[in-house]
Amino acid sequence: MLNSAALGFVVLLSAVEAATNERVNYDYYKYHSMPEISKWMTQIAQNHSEVVTIMDYGQTYEKRNISLLKIGLSTGERKKAIWMDCGIHAREWIAPAFCQYFVSQILQTYKTDPKMEEMMKNMDFYVTPVLNVDGYLYSWKDNNTRLWRKNRSPGPPGCKCDGTDLNRNFDANWGTVGVSSDCCSNTYCGSDRVSEPEAQAVASFVGSRKEDILCFLTIHSYSQLLLIPYGNPNFIAPNQDELMEVGLAAAEAIKAVHGKIYKVGTSPAVLYANSGSSRDWARMQGIPFAYTFELRDNGTFGFELPENQIQPTCEEAYSGALHIVNYVHDKTFKGPMDGAGATAAAALWTVLLAVGVTSASM
Amino acid sequence: MATGELNPNHYPAQRAAKAVQHYLNTLYGSPYRVIFLNRVHSGYAEDVADSGRKYKLEITVQDHISNKTEKCKAEVLFPGGEQQRPPQVQASLEELPTTDTKAEEEALFQKYKTNQGLLSEHLPDSHGHVDPDMEPFMHLGSAASSFIMLNESTENTLYNVAQVANVTQLKTENDQLKFDYYVLLHDMISQEIIHWKLLFTWSPQEGVKVLQMEKLPHSHHNETPQNNNN
Repeated sequence: MLNSAALGFVVLLSAVEAATNERVNYDYYKYHSMPEISKWMTQIAQNHSEVVTIMDYGQTYEKRNISLLKIGLSTGERKKAIWMDCGIHAREWIAPAFCQYFVSQILQTYKTDPKMEEMMKNMDFYVTPVLNVDGYLYSWKDNNTRLWRKNRSPGPPGCKCDGTDLNRNFDANWGTVGVSSDCCSNTYCGSDRVSEPEAQAVASFVGSRKEDILCFLTIHSYSQLLLIPYGNPNFIAPNQDELMEVGLAAAEAIKAVHGKIYKVGTSPAVLYANSGSSRDWARMQGIPFAYTFELRDNGTFGFELPENQIQPTCEEAYSGALHIVNYVHDKTFKGPMDGAGATAAAALWTVLLAVGVTSASM
Repeated sequence: MATGELNPNHYPAQRAAKAVQHYLNTLYGSPYRVIFLNRVHSGYAEDVADSGRKYKLEITVQDHISNKTEKCKAEVLFPGGEQQRPPQVQASLEELPTTDTKAEEEALFQKYKTNQGLLSEHLPDSHGHVDPDMEPFMHLGSAASSFIMLNESTENTLYNVAQVANVTQLKTENDQLKFDYYVLLHDMISQEIIHWKLLFTWSPQEGVKVLQMEKLPHSHHNETPQNNNN
């Protein structure tokens, strides 16, 4: 009798705990399968419903939903936004792990950190934990599929291979450099610009909000790099100097965490020339800040980064991403913060106030 | 092509330095020593008439196992011409090769000299894990693969080992452990995974000696690198 009562009490306690436990019980330092990630997204949206909604914004070739988490304090007004996507290349497992970590961090800190709270008020974060859902699932299938990169659409008629490199498929100098027209190649750019449903989903969602999006971050591995537009060396972004400056500062922030060096530069300078990348497309849409993050490592384990490196990789990448997000936020909402700017702002306010008083008295 | 003083962070110096890494592993790589490029400090490139392109580099390399680093001056000559030929590298290390791996190497050698027939696969596995007992064979695979990666290196490649897919130990021959390896190499520039088979021997005294290297056509359909007695 005593035992069953005690057992009943324990069960009751667990139920109460589960109901009041806001924190999702999830191991961010293990790789998660697609079903686990989808379930996690649902739980996050439920547990943080005041700031998180799930948006399905497209379908993959195999007809699976492409989903993002929209995170921000609702103001009822149109807001500026930050875009982050992970897992455009299936085998880069550390990237989706980072997106999940990023989400958990901003949800954890906005309640206690005034800066993050301010950013959540002023901006929405659109985070896609896995963009290439079909490819990611395929890379989990067995030991022979682990190193798959592309999506899973069939090749053109007569081709014996599958898949298009989604990061060569965007309408940004499409098909010009760093691509292959061989449908079996890992850099096959597709039958046409934006031929792939996954690329169309991003282009459609981001394209319809491009005036509002301040920053486009796309997360990859490996090589420890922060890449700025453009992949085609014949094109230079008008704000390249600023992109470099902010990127270098972000790399310093990364280094401060665990000592890892991330190199910063345009793709053609630091890695290789390429075209049709989502980052280049975003910049061409007018989104002023667009970066590709290439996370750990430098080739020791490559795509198969050990799980014991997930935490340090996420911590350092978060530091870098946050630096960029902070910069972009402050630039938009606080204006130039140098001495001349502050003086000019003060002078302007004086004039405006004087004018206001004059007109009010009329 | 970039000529003269090179930006050490840009790809021309980085790719040439990678070739140096592969070369150093052909000299010093073992089950307990794997050398990685850590940093490029400076680089200089020039055309060499009728020969190709020569790079002079100052780099730092690191032993993945001991974590020790060493600075190194190197020269890489990428031959010109229609057909791809291996680069010629001049480089040497003084400190890293002296890290004390002798006892471990000898113990490994003795264990597998008589206890032959080791079979292993997927080092590391999909989640980046390696059984500690199998780590030396993953490192040995990196060392042996370096012969391939060096041979295949050009100014337009950047090779790393993606995975040791299969390890098959063969009968010990001439007091050397003998292995058949199936390795997956990743070329960053093309983003391709290239399949190779390697037949080689190893002993603490002789190091890695490659007997045969064979590039396998990758059908892009599912292929299972099988253990030989499956």
